[in-house]
Amino acid sequence: MREVAVVGIGMTKWGELWNKSLRDIYVETALMAIDDSGVDHIDSMYIGSMSSGIFVGQEHIASLLADYLGCAPVPSTRVETACASGGLALRLGFMEVGSGMSDIVLVSGVEKMTDVGGDEATYALGTAADQEYECYHGITFPGLYALMAVAHMDKYGTTRKQLAEVAVKNHKNGSKNPLAQFPFEVTVDDVLNSVKVADPLRILDCSPITDGAAAAIICPVELAKNLNKPIVKITGSGHATDAIAISQRKDMTWLESTYKAGKSAYEMAGKNPGDIDVFEVHDCFTIAELCVMEALGLVDKGKSGEAVERGRTAVEGDIPVNPSGGLKSKGHPVGATGIAQVVEIVKQLREESGERQVKGARFGLTQNMGGSGASTVVHIFERE
Amino acid sequence: MEGIVGYGAYIPRNRIKVEEIAKVWGADAPSYKKGLMLEEKSVPSPDQDTITMSVEASKNALKRAGIDPLDIGAVYVGSESHPYAVKPSGTVLAEALGATPEVHTADFEFACKAGTEGMFVALNLVKAGTITYGLGVGADTSQGAPGDALEYSAAAGAAAFIFGKDKVVAEVLETYAYMTDTPDFWRREYEYYPQHGGRFTGEPAYFKHVIGAAKGIMNKADMQAGDFNYVIFHQPNGKFPFKAGKILGFSREQIEPGWLVNKLGNTYSGSSPLGLTATLDIAKPGDHILLVSYGSGAGSDAFILKVTPRIDEVRDLAPLTREILNNNKKYLEYGEYAKFREKIRKAE
Amino acid sequence: MSTPSRYWREIPQRYRLEANSCAQCKQKFFPPRLVCPECGSRDLVKTKIEEKGKVISYTIIRVPPSQFKDQAPYAVGVVEMDDGVNLMGQIVDCDFEDLKLGKRVRIEFRKLFKKGNSGILCYGYKFVPDS
Repeated sequence: MREVAVVGIGMTKWGELWNKSLRDIYVETALMAIDDSGVDHIDSMYIGSMSSGIFVGQEHIASLLADYLGCAPVPSTRVETACASGGLALRLGFMEVGSGMSDIVLVSGVEKMTDVGGDEATYALGTAADQEYECYHGITFPGLYALMAVAHMDKYGTTRKQLAEVAVKNHKNGSKNPLAQFPFEVTVDDVLNSVKVADPLRILDCSPITDGAAAAIICPVELAKNLNKPIVKITGSGHATDAIAISQRKDMTWLESTYKAGKSAYEMAGKNPGDIDVFEVHDCFTIAELCVMEALGLVDKGKSGEAVERGRTAVEGDIPVNPSGGLKSKGHPVGATGIAQVVEIVKQLREESGERQVKGARFGLTQNMGGSGASTVVHIFERE
Repeated sequence: MEGIVGYGAYIPRNRIKVEEIAKVWGADAPSYKKGLMLEEKSVPSPDQDTITMSVEASKNALKRAGIDPLDIGAVYVGSESHPYAVKPSGTVLAEALGATPEVHTADFEFACKAGTEGMFVALNLVKAGTITYGLGVGADTSQGAPGDALEYSAAAGAAAFIFGKDKVVAEVLETYAYMTDTPDFWRREYEYYPQHGGRFTGEPAYFKHVIGAAKGIMNKADMQAGDFNYVIFHQPNGKFPFKAGKILGFSREQIEPGWLVNKLGNTYSGSSPLGLTATLDIAKPGDHILLVSYGSGAGSDAFILKVTPRIDEVRDLAPLTREILNNNKKYLEYGEYAKFREKIRKAE
Repeated sequence: MSTPSRYWREIPQRYRLEANSCAQCKQKFFPPRLVCPECGSRDLVKTKIEEKGKVISYTIIRVPPSQFKDQAPYAVGVVEMDDGVNLMGQIVDCDFEDLKLGKRVRIEFRKLFKKGNSGILCYGYKFVPDS
């Protein structure tokens, strides 16, 4: 495998983008990444998108977007693994460049979620769970994570306040991210008094419905050298699956797919959790961030709540998690999230993150997760 | 001799009191309570209907019968609130019990006597040797028009009976049916609530047929009121069964064990069948029971049963009727009751 | 959402809890599987799930999906059945204050939802307290 680097990134402000269609959001963002990289063509493209069919009635977006980006006849692939679609798009592009099949690959993610009403959006998101044995019984996504939270709180004594601290920290970081959907701070009380969604989770424990896209250009390290960009290499990649139904997991408090994907990525990169300076993880719900921290080995099992409470995961802490604001504050256009995590890590390693900058960040990790944890994609990055 | 091999009851846990209904419609609760001899009625949750209650009652009957559901040759559900207008309740029940595919199924209707009709047919198929075991269920989640007298009593419940020739807990010694065309209570297609003839529903309807059937069957069996340990009449309200009993020469003690209506309401097709399950719950071997149902339109089915020693072996294999009736109750306010019963007009 | 054929296909599971188990490693699966995820065996035998169990997690859904709109709030839990198989299902006939981890429950047949005024009625299992 050749060494692969990220040489260009692109992301526009996320939110309810009424004036922009799926194509608009995508093309704008992809062009930003292409411009940032300085490449004059691409060989192939991967697009992570969970549900363009349900949200905008459009499938075949691989070709649609290659067409509108002006890149046809380049091969284009739409990748889907629920909320980890973006991360998987990167992994496939990474393999294509690493194998030598292509030199310059555009990896991206997009989701346009606001063209349907809340019910339809909830339904679309629900398709990431087990339709016949979970959704049939009236569970929702917040409900699935609430079940995890109840189990985690019972097993480890994690508190409602500790969950709220995740949202507080992520909003604090997001308030410094001009691209975030909700760039404002919240307090623990705000979270604890916000409307109930699925006990014990409240609306401020949950990531929002968002329109947005994110893109990156990757190429072999030798080519990157010619482009005169800071070299941010992808040194580790891991991907794992788990039972789709949460009831079929051996331990509802443990994200096995994250653990496995993380392990593969760490091994490939020759790194331990302690070597990583900054993490972008999948905080679709506050409890998810806690469980991910444990599965990635940032803390021991059950210790994530207290780590957050003590400020260890703040930008200035010893294990900074989600300096971008996470899904909670930045937004969660499903297929785009995985690539947005890459954008943040690359910015961090290039030291372009302004007030969110983790000082001296050299090694970064992205963890992108599908559904209630049935798939996870992890990447590790290193600035040369 | 053929008879009941297993029996089971099911009543939803929600209740609403007469006072709660009266308060909303400005009616005089004490006079309704006194006039109807009724205190409260059962209310099905939105996730309960004739089918779900039939399944649970039938499972209880199966526990007592101790038979393989594949040996059930007929499944009949009698109701005036079948969940589908076209698609049988019986097929869902038969699938849920594991009796399919070799089983005859039909849905019955005849106002409140639909349950005993299914029982009548299942029993006779067994008697004729056509099937080994037959299941007849009476179940309803009947509606009363808001503010109407019937709203105080229209309730929900189910009773299931498996008939067979062996393992009998109560032999059926005699059956009888008495029927005329009498428009005392009806519902036209596409109408949401039924209509009734007020006081016409009394003497020319309920009493004529209940008494006609009771006298007819006792004649046929050469028995008198005093020969029975218990009698169960259809219970549209608390008063009618005692009045019928008085006319026929039955005592209060014979009626009381099967008289559930004051705390249950009128479960329509489940009414006299649930009275029978409650009676079987306390009956002793050798006891004679008279069951007389009534369905508006109008008609009555009558059964004479004799309890066998096997009742003592199976009684406790499933919940007792009065336990289900009295335990884990949840009282509703009118608003929640109206929501549950879909009496509130919503946007569609 | 459910269509007539998707609903009908799952009836043996939804109405009768029909499951299967691996002839090799004896693991039980609900719903039934074609391949054992533990040992990879394709030799699976029919069985059924025990009808009683204990609650190992639960939540109260306050913002429901559209076909459950009128039912909220309602409790959904994961129940470990007495034979070790876990099922997800609503917990009903139980006041929210009485819900707790470890609570004993049993299966009851209920209507899950209906598809508007003209669609099919969808039945299946829920959990009720087991006194």
